[in-house]
Amino acid sequence: MEKVVCQTEVEIKNADGLHMRPAMQFVDIANRFDCDITVSNTENTVDGKSIMQMSMLAATCGTKLHIKAEGPDAGEAVEALRELVEDKMFDEPPPGQKKG
Amino acid sequence: MKFADFVCFEATIAELNSGDRDGVIAELVAALSRTGRLRKTDCTDIVKAIIKREQEGSTGMGKGIAVPHIKHASVKQVVAAVGKSKIGIDFSALDKQPVFSIILLVSPADNPDRHLQAMEKVFRHLQQERFRKFIRQAQTAEQIEDLLNEADDNPSLL
Repeated sequence: MEKVVCQTEVEIKNADGLHMRPAMQFVDIANRFDCDITVSNTENTVDGKSIMQMSMLAATCGTKLHIKAEGPDAGEAVEALRELVEDKMFDEPPPGQKKG
Repeated sequence: MKFADFVCFEATIAELNSGDRDGVIAELVAALSRTGRLRKTDCTDIVKAIIKREQEGSTGMGKGIAVPHIKHASVKQVVAAVGKSKIGIDFSALDKQPVFSIILLVSPADNPDRHLQAMEKVFRHLQQERFRKFIRQAQTAEQIEDLLNEADDNPSLL
């Protein structure tokens, strides 16, 4: 079977960074796909489907993460995760726009 | 960041009295207040905020661990307390299993990066099966302090 590998770099844009709630959102979306998903910062590579491992990345605002997916639906997975991190910003405000 | 930078060892509760989530949260916040890390007058508000956060999404990550936490304007530094339950607490954990080891954190409202660094430290170790086993087996506040100090000294071993 052909192996599909897809990867991209994303930047954390919400002020509070990848704390537990965003990490949960990430893992929720990652688990909708069959492909294997890993996420790396400069130090660690972790399983994008594990909340414990994702929390360990502790990515602050401005941090760049490398998302890599391997499997039949890798392309869709990477795009969905990129959208969550960069476009939706985990439904949180960027720096300087603190809510209430 | 090291455990010793934010965990208040004097607030450790080696055997929690409460048998439910909200009671455990209140016990640990009260313990932090007794050591002076939290102002007594802020406790009610902090307990309420942590419970509200749990209701929005459980911090029971599975494997017997929960990490209830909140950002609160009353603290300037991250403060944390460790609690252990013999009977196991229903935290509505992801794996639906009871929680035996609880690490409760209160982080400053205006310093998200410090909060993330503390969480990174906590999860770096909690994802190690050996560390989870040791913390589960610890029976006294001293044993928990020793374990966390050992994790600070040899982060790769635990």
